[in-house]
Amino acid sequence: MAELNLLDARGLSKSFGAVKAVDGLDLLVAPGEIVGLVGPDGAGKTTALRLVCGALRLDAGEVSIVGIDLRREADRAREHIGYLSQRFSMYEDLSVLENIRFFAEVRGLKQDEWEPRAREILDFVGLGPFADRRAGQLSGGMKQKLGLAGALVHHPKLLLLDEPTGGVDPVTRQDFWQLLIRRVATEGVGVLVSTPYMDEAARCSRVILMQKGKQVAAGTPASLRERLAGRILEVRGTPLAELRHRSAKLPGVEDVQTFGDRLHLRLAAATGEGAQQAQSGLAAGGGVNIELVRLIPPQLEDVFIAFAAGEGKDG
Amino acid sequence: MADAVIRTEALTKMFGEFTAVDRVSFEVHTGEVVGYLGPNGSGKTTTIRMLLGLLRPSSGTARVLGRDVAVETEAIRAQVGYMSQKFALYDDLSVWENIEFYATVYGEHDKQHLAQTLERLGLSGLRSERAGALPVGWRQRLALAIAIVHRPRLLILDEPTSGVDPIARRTFWDLIYELADEGMTAFVTTHYMDEAEYCQRVGIMREGKLLAMDSPTRLKQTALKGKAWDVAAKDVLGALAALETMAGVSRAGLAGDHLRVIAETSVDGPALVARLDGAGVVGGRAEAVEPGLEDVFLALVG
Repeated sequence: MAELNLLDARGLSKSFGAVKAVDGLDLLVAPGEIVGLVGPDGAGKTTALRLVCGALRLDAGEVSIVGIDLRREADRAREHIGYLSQRFSMYEDLSVLENIRFFAEVRGLKQDEWEPRAREILDFVGLGPFADRRAGQLSGGMKQKLGLAGALVHHPKLLLLDEPTGGVDPVTRQDFWQLLIRRVATEGVGVLVSTPYMDEAARCSRVILMQKGKQVAAGTPASLRERLAGRILEVRGTPLAELRHRSAKLPGVEDVQTFGDRLHLRLAAATGEGAQQAQSGLAAGGGVNIELVRLIPPQLEDVFIAFAAGEGKDG
Repeated sequence: MADAVIRTEALTKMFGEFTAVDRVSFEVHTGEVVGYLGPNGSGKTTTIRMLLGLLRPSSGTARVLGRDVAVETEAIRAQVGYMSQKFALYDDLSVWENIEFYATVYGEHDKQHLAQTLERLGLSGLRSERAGALPVGWRQRLALAIAIVHRPRLLILDEPTSGVDPIARRTFWDLIYELADEGMTAFVTTHYMDEAEYCQRVGIMREGKLLAMDSPTRLKQTALKGKAWDVAAKDVLGALAALETMAGVSRAGLAGDHLRVIAETSVDGPALVARLDGAGVVGGRAEAVEPGLEDVFLALVG
């Protein structure tokens, strides 16, 4: 028998007036999985997370958390959820430990339970030595870890994270993900995380690309990249602006993207001779210096852009 | 050789005992798009504030468009556009009123030019919308329109696409490159790798020091000691423990259901897998991958 999904949500739908924010979305999270919800602003990521944690009422669909129906037994289902919103709130004038106590008591942890749990979770996120510091005096990265600790203090099985690393620097983001992945690997927690960042999406076990409230593609990062295999060319040379101009006119090139010192060309189909054809096409007429044209492994960003442009959607 | 739009020499800023920017020297040339990457508190914003003439250097010099930032502040600011991460828009004013207000501050009274600027950023249809009601991607474009409305020669962008998705980011960078083709120079601070990848050259800051400045491709070749691998195993924590202590491995980090490993070229895939086998971690697989700027960053900063 298959392992019970920590989250089993089917046909989620929510409209705000005439706008369908989430439209028939299925979300499944198994123990030990990190599932990424990836999409542009307004794709419905935050709404989907709020539906799943019961903060918003569903227009249609069903949500079950660890097998418990969220609509029938909301309180019991929510006991298993840890939720970190984009702007989580904390009491700036309370200490770190007092903040965690507050989260723990809201979650119904008893007097004799909360402190050992709080100490354990603060040690886990590295805030142990700062338990008595006022939350308002923490750095941005430490505040974010306090938020994570608050979401974890009641040992939830399912973590819902809404763009958790918005506005924090790369070293802090790296730390945050290392913590998250450790928690998943050691405790079998399941995570549903929304993000606009492709390097974060690449860290997920599975990724769901969303647009206009719907899933447009889903799979492991590797399987999503595989869909564009043989279709992404890297071009380096000078002048790059002229190469870009010529690339856009090449037959078989669907899309050209300028990165700092190179171009990525997306081919309509993987032909095997794409690199040579592009090379000779770009050289025609002279006046440019082509350093390199080569096939490269597609990045998730390439996949995202291709799907946004209407690449064949999942059936 | 192209003119230096920005030239700093041993630029330094002290706040009391604290050195926020520590003998930083670099040049940015006409039409270049240069990124300035670093964690919070690494000195990015302090550098920008000195370039804009808002802070006086403690020592060293910075010249912007040939003028000394400590002396000719006014003349510099007239030719520099600045867009901060917290787009300073008047939410209660319309798109048109916002751009008109900023244009007036800069002495730009050509209404046709204002309209053209909005047009170029695809904002013409939104002239009467309240700025506060616009989605983030559009607010970002309006902030850019405002930053370029006085026809600056240098555009300084402070984390311009923080929090926007790849499509909006891409549209934004297409515009930056259009402007660069016309000779505008862009200097962009960021702490997002995705954003830094769009820059022609990237400087990496840590604790006030500029550790390296080069093209993303060359940084990946020179700053990274070895090759990048994705190593998958069912027991990722076991794999991490085995590989982070392996000779020749400079970094091993959790990257979801796999590890990202940076290893000397003498260490190949079979060697990584053999190490896992030796540690009792079964079913390991190693795949050579293209390193990202994040790998470079962590190698230099971590």
